[in-house]
Amino acid sequence: MEARFQPGDRVRILDRDQPGHVRTPIYVRGKTGVIERIVGSFPNPELLAVGHSGLPYKMLYRVNFAQSELWDDYDGKPEDTLEIEIYEHWLAPA
Amino acid sequence: MSETHEHAHDHEHPPHAHDGKPIQEDALPPLEAHVLETAVRELLIEKGVISSDDIRRSIEERESRNPALGAKIVARAWADPEFKSKLMNESDEALLTFGINMSPMELCVVENTQEVHNMVVCTLCSCYPRPVLGIPPAWYKRRDYRSRAVREPRAVLQEFGTQIPEAKQVRVHDSNADLRYLVLPQRPDGTEGWDEEQLAKLVTRDSMIGVSDALTPAEIED
Repeated sequence: MEARFQPGDRVRILDRDQPGHVRTPIYVRGKTGVIERIVGSFPNPELLAVGHSGLPYKMLYRVNFAQSELWDDYDGKPEDTLEIEIYEHWLAPA
Repeated sequence: MSETHEHAHDHEHPPHAHDGKPIQEDALPPLEAHVLETAVRELLIEKGVISSDDIRRSIEERESRNPALGAKIVARAWADPEFKSKLMNESDEALLTFGINMSPMELCVVENTQEVHNMVVCTLCSCYPRPVLGIPPAWYKRRDYRSRAVREPRAVLQEFGTQIPEAKQVRVHDSNADLRYLVLPQRPDGTEGWDEEQLAKLVTRDSMIGVSDALTPAEIED
């Protein structure tokens, strides 16, 4: 499976409302980060959770965010970051 | 569990309100998921796919894991640069030398340095590197830790008694999908020449979650 994004690429997390076993927390939706690494392809948890095989597999990435991007009033250091795993179908180029 | 709970007094009784009732009553009906689990389990046993003993053994195996195992891994990484490099880059292979198989998950090891402090949280549920650290602490699953660790990590660290120098970057890892995270704490000063067994005594559960640092040699004296 080919990865659509590469480490260093800027990506935006899609801001869509989707019920079910979704592994994209609301606090990162609509936010912009940078691909930290390609983790590999995994069964789609949204399908796996409801009795399907999880096929087709989805490419999974670790995305790095500046905390100040996630929270308007973040009061730590500007360098502080958060890293989280996001599946490719939740990512758009930014 | 019996509703009556006869309570034979062969033990010291702490002075608390008891009213002759068990401390935790099983008053709630079982969850749908519990009923489903029981039904599936009984069917699998009845059809000979797995045995009750297989299930018991699997639970025993899971619950035998504890942070001492993680501490051994960290100690080896501190003592052996080649092992550390393997642990950071091909954790599957490094863990096999400790008889650990993370499959279908993968272990992602994040290293604390002079510049960076890492901490781990699972905001969506309670994902935790169980094959390496065992059962997560109760606070790890609590909503306040899960919501605040991503929102105000420095305040949370301070409440754990962990002072992060202003100059250090704090990097939070939300363990939300297929990876599990282990923090490789900084090796404390004054441990030059220590062997793995001595080093492992410095490595606490919380230091591998990243809410504290490893112990110092002075802290484990006597």
